[in-house]
Amino acid sequence: MSSGGRGLLADAWRRLRRNRAAIAALATLGALVVASLVGPVLSQYSIDQVDWSLATLASPPSLGNGHWFGTDSNGRDLFVRVWAGTQVSLLVALLATAVSLVIGVAWGATAGYLGGRVDDWMMRFVDVLYALPYMFFVIILTVVFGRSLFLIFLAIGAVGWLTMARIVRGQALSLRHQPFVDAAITLGLPTHRIIARHIVPNVVGTVIVYATLTVPQVILFESFLSFLGLGVQEPLTSLGRLVAEGAIEMESAPWQLLVPSAVLATILLCLNFLGDGLRDALDPRQR
Amino acid sequence: MNTQPLLDIRDLGVEFDTADGTVQAVTGVSLKVMAGECVAIVGESGSGKSQLFLACLGLLAANGRAVGSARLVGEELVGRTERELCALRGTRVAMVFQDPMSTLTPHLRIGRQLTELLTDRGLLGAAEARQRAVAALHSVGIPDPESRLDQYPHELSGGQRQRVAIAMALIAGPELLIADEPTTALDVTVQAQVLGVLHAAREKGLAIVMITHDLGVVAGIADRVAVMYAGRIVETADAAELFEAPAHPYTAALLASVPRLSGSQPERLVNIEGQPPRPYEKVPGCPFAPRCPSARDLCRATEPALHDGGNRSVACHAPLPQGWVR
Repeated sequence: MSSGGRGLLADAWRRLRRNRAAIAALATLGALVVASLVGPVLSQYSIDQVDWSLATLASPPSLGNGHWFGTDSNGRDLFVRVWAGTQVSLLVALLATAVSLVIGVAWGATAGYLGGRVDDWMMRFVDVLYALPYMFFVIILTVVFGRSLFLIFLAIGAVGWLTMARIVRGQALSLRHQPFVDAAITLGLPTHRIIARHIVPNVVGTVIVYATLTVPQVILFESFLSFLGLGVQEPLTSLGRLVAEGAIEMESAPWQLLVPSAVLATILLCLNFLGDGLRDALDPRQR
Repeated sequence: MNTQPLLDIRDLGVEFDTADGTVQAVTGVSLKVMAGECVAIVGESGSGKSQLFLACLGLLAANGRAVGSARLVGEELVGRTERELCALRGTRVAMVFQDPMSTLTPHLRIGRQLTELLTDRGLLGAAEARQRAVAALHSVGIPDPESRLDQYPHELSGGQRQRVAIAMALIAGPELLIADEPTTALDVTVQAQVLGVLHAAREKGLAIVMITHDLGVVAGIADRVAVMYAGRIVETADAAELFEAPAHPYTAALLASVPRLSGSQPERLVNIEGQPPRPYEKVPGCPFAPRCPSARDLCRATEPALHDGGNRSVACHAPLPQGWVR
């Protein structure tokens, strides 16, 4: 298939490697992923195990008793819970973003490129979904299908693609009058191929930036859902949930807030750097 | 003229619906392009020369409409569905555009763009397609085509990009190439290279429609010339005859306004007084009459039909006598 030896992706990777901040961010993210997978195994405690041997249930970080990040208000080991929460948050964020990316880009590019009545109908559909209350939609989903982690991906992704579709549609609208699109048409390329090959790659920069902004939103939205009891259920947890719980005990047990916040902030920062680097790397006109 | 024309346009009109009413961009144009022939379409901006051929290829803007008939080797083009036209584009007829800086998709390598049509239609496998692309770049005079295939459009100069665009248009072996001002955006030395490429392609039997307002380009490459004014063809003739002795006053005025280096030089460049009619206005009579030095009452009252005189046709009530010297 590839006529050039190296594809667009291989080429982008080569450029990405020259971006120090992006590579550092990628490495940090990788380390966090590994830590979230390995961390719970290293500890002698499990996610829902209450340590009755402590003087107080909420005990500060200590190397001596094996609670490296301390314990939460119920006496459960925070080290294990933070990494388990990281797993859940990353999973929700990546899958939900991927879902919204795929639907949003395909929908927006098709509407923008075809234009006219098709565009009108497709975008009115988006408007209608927009008007639907977010929470209402999620509550219906959970009632109908029951609670599960996958439902959260689906629910968040199903709502998140609307903005993506609007952004991509706007770009596609301006791209379809570019001479290179006319050239592709006169070359005899079919419409779906023009959309996939000549329109979509041109919006990658915008899409990547928007996606990196979406990930934090998704993580926060997930914690909001969990707070309402619609998201991740105890004893399973997520970073957003841990931060929310930690905030309550901020004065008496600050580590409960600081540790999950630090992990969450690191993830978001890394994603932003990575998004920046990816946008530059995917544009062949850079260097 | 006993063989079937490659492109047979009959009474083709192009209209646009705008807020100010219907604009008639092209009115009742008939034109034949024979196989292997190079026809130049000459006219000033807004004379409808580009829209005429965009209509043939089904590329009009959403508010545009083509009426009449255009046949490519007997197959009607007007009113066909997008899917049917798609099958003809690239393999039977191809187009090259004016601005080479923006006709290549910026994020695709040259090689990928060149071979896209071949692999998409399943005409060739990836390896053969790449070989064909190398040959195509070679034939348009791009040095070191192998390594060029892996470059992006922005790594090439304007002239190179236009030659790549031509190679891309010709890669699936169309019989007809429509070149819409292919040299306008290029500087003169690069123009010569691009014209050379088109010349070479003609010698292999390609028919070319050259849309231009550069009479120098016309003189260099065209067999036949059609002069357009206000959406109509006002004169067609063999290129040499047309330059030698224009019959339509507009053609004569157009030729007279070309600056020349040899012979006696007029003190000022000759220009054509007045403006072409606005396309919304429906004026009776010949559209050129208000600017025509030899216009009579008849010219202002009734529009002259294109009088078919074999090799030369002219739409004028008072054509200039043959043998008339500029």
